[in-house]
Amino acid sequence: MSHKHAGSLHAADAEMAINNARDVYTRRQEGVSLWVVESKYITASNPEESESLFDPAEDKIYRHPTFYDLPDELEYI
Amino acid sequence: MDKNKNILLQYVLQLADNAMILGQRLGELCGHGPILEQDIAITNISLDLIGEARVLYSYAAEIEGNGKTEDDYPYKRDILDWKNILLVEQPNGHFGHTIVRQFMFDCYHYYHLTEMRNSSDIRLAEIAKKTIKEATYHLKYSSEWMIRLGDGTEESHAKMQEALSDLIRFFDEAFIPSKIEKEESLKGIAVDCERIRNRAWEKFRSVCEEATLKIPEVEYPQEGGKNGLHSEQLGFILADLQFLQRAYPNSNW
Repeated sequence: MSHKHAGSLHAADAEMAINNARDVYTRRQEGVSLWVVESKYITASNPEESESLFDPAEDKIYRHPTFYDLPDELEYI
Repeated sequence: MDKNKNILLQYVLQLADNAMILGQRLGELCGHGPILEQDIAITNISLDLIGEARVLYSYAAEIEGNGKTEDDYPYKRDILDWKNILLVEQPNGHFGHTIVRQFMFDCYHYYHLTEMRNSSDIRLAEIAKKTIKEATYHLKYSSEWMIRLGDGTEESHAKMQEALSDLIRFFDEAFIPSKIEKEESLKGIAVDCERIRNRAWEKFRSVCEEATLKIPEVEYPQEGGKNGLHSEQLGFILADLQFLQRAYPNSNW
């Protein structure tokens, strides 16, 4: 259900990327699926922008739904 | 020991020795791979093979009894008792040699395990079913590198062709039955290695073709390892592998 990031790497082609990821990140059962994306198609946030992107949420804990009692039957929240 | 039991023991050791020696050879590259990911990949294959050797040596120890353990076979046998094929003891050379040697072994190993899953010896069948998952990946890994480097740059192609020309004489030994493999009592237990020969060669040829590599004619095929006749290379490997147990007998972690 919930995927967690296990790691990332670069490779010369897609096949090699799958193999490398298998060798580096699955040996201790870290992974259940692998994705390969050509790096030219990845747009990532710039570390210099992290203040404006991420910091404003720091002092607004009320945005987390932690003040509600959840029924036990709800598994993935 | 009962004669048939001893034949089974010798057969299991022959299989274990192949995995052990190639695992040890690949282990030499730990920390020396061309790039991090391939260093890890090669070391993973090494560990897979040593893992396979361990279950086979453990089985051998059960067959032999007398308080033998899995460690006695790799650490306490001298060179003539080793029954691995000559291919696996050949040096790592450059990365092209390592890949060609691996690919040749994988061609044999994969089809061998495919058949061994049907062995009438339940333990061997179970070991094959477990191990083939790893061997399937090894064959995919080495096949892709054969093609990537063979059909790569002019330099990588030349190095792969050189490695193939160096090692081709060792390829066929795996498919020539040893004295032990021909024993009547192993019928149904041992894999008929002549039967897997065609499939292994077919895979070998098709990958070499895609890699644009020319398979050289072999004038003098090399064999003997399965019957205990080795190249000088095995002596160096054993000197490394067995040093500790020879210098400090029965020492433990």
